[in-house]
Amino acid sequence: MATFARLADMFLLRKLGGAGLEYLYRMGVMGLFLLKAFFYVFIPPLKFIRVVKRVHFIGFQSMLVIVLTGGFTGMVLGFQGYNSLSKFGSEAFLGPMVGLSLIKEMGPVLTALVVAGMAGSAITAEIGIMRITEQVDAMELMGLNPYRYLVVPNLLAIMISLPLLTAIFDVIGIFGGFLIGVKLLGVGTGTYFGEMASYMAMKDIMEGVYKSLSFGIIIVWVCCFKGYYTGVFTGFGAEGVSRATIQAVVLCFVLILAWDYFMTSLLF
Amino acid sequence: MKKFDLELAVGLFMIAGIICLGYLTIKMGKMDVLGKKGYELNAVFSNTGGLKTGSPVVIAGVKVGRVKRIILDDYRALVAFNLPLDIKIQEDAIASVKTKGLIGEKFIEITPGGSEKIIDHGGRIRDTQPAVDMEHLISNYVFGKL
Repeated sequence: MATFARLADMFLLRKLGGAGLEYLYRMGVMGLFLLKAFFYVFIPPLKFIRVVKRVHFIGFQSMLVIVLTGGFTGMVLGFQGYNSLSKFGSEAFLGPMVGLSLIKEMGPVLTALVVAGMAGSAITAEIGIMRITEQVDAMELMGLNPYRYLVVPNLLAIMISLPLLTAIFDVIGIFGGFLIGVKLLGVGTGTYFGEMASYMAMKDIMEGVYKSLSFGIIIVWVCCFKGYYTGVFTGFGAEGVSRATIQAVVLCFVLILAWDYFMTSLLF
Repeated sequence: MKKFDLELAVGLFMIAGIICLGYLTIKMGKMDVLGKKGYELNAVFSNTGGLKTGSPVVIAGVKVGRVKRIILDDYRALVAFNLPLDIKIQEDAIASVKTKGLIGEKFIEITPGGSEKIIDHGGRIRDTQPAVDMEHLISNYVFGKL
């Protein structure tokens, strides 16, 4: 009996160790993937037209959703902010509250989440299907570098479009807050914008830009990685692609929110 | 036509994004893009009470400039700020650090003087009043020293 228990223990230990090593290995592969992607950004020739297509896909096609989410986020902030601030009789600070929370937190994070859900999952599914139908292998056989065609354009396009999308989100949100705070609840127009401008510094705006840049890199990194290694880590077939897509979106969301915490504590 | 559509859409997106980014940085971040012509004046305060770079400089309640930098000079704060060329500051003008409201942000108010002499670029306003220390004032009142 004792020997059996010991055997079971050993088995469990071995399993645990194996799983640990497996995760360590995957993390290593993921890290190398990012390094390679950045390496090929600087190696010409750059597929410029592909970058433009990806900006269209990631940026332009997300714009309507960003405008809608931004507008409603700003409007909710207007209501909630007015509600909390009027308890202290300081409705005048509605502008700074809406503006600062949009620019520093809500804008970058919500934009990144929307883009991860829309463009990120599409990127994973696309590359994943190319992988399981052996198109990536065909590319390699033809002597074309898959990173150059599949990863680098996405990386560059998201680094261009995510800060711009965030800026659109922020501005629409600020005007959404303006609509509720000023037009509906009666804070003065000058109070709203004047106080907002006086409490906001270049530092806050740059914080938002840095955040959205890093979120963009996270999205492309995770989504391209999950798609690229679909066959290897999640199994071949349609199920493998669906699993890779789920994993990519979930990992994106978790990483974005966790990284947001670290960025905030770093830039605070 | 298909390709044109693609580029048009991307261009539209980029323009919209850049306009929004520009709005944020110029309007909210107070970046001077065009570099408005102006000149710089200095003032030394014994206490700035939390004045920041970018804080407004006002005359008679009208905002005319911004604080450019604050450095410590001989244990006092040397504050440099920008003013437009058409606003002349007399030699006997007074610069004081004031607070907007009771707990609002700090700004510099310049009270014009009556002198004929005008301070040039890089000059110094000699007459200054430091920020009022609200706690000090309250404690004076409470302990009856006022």
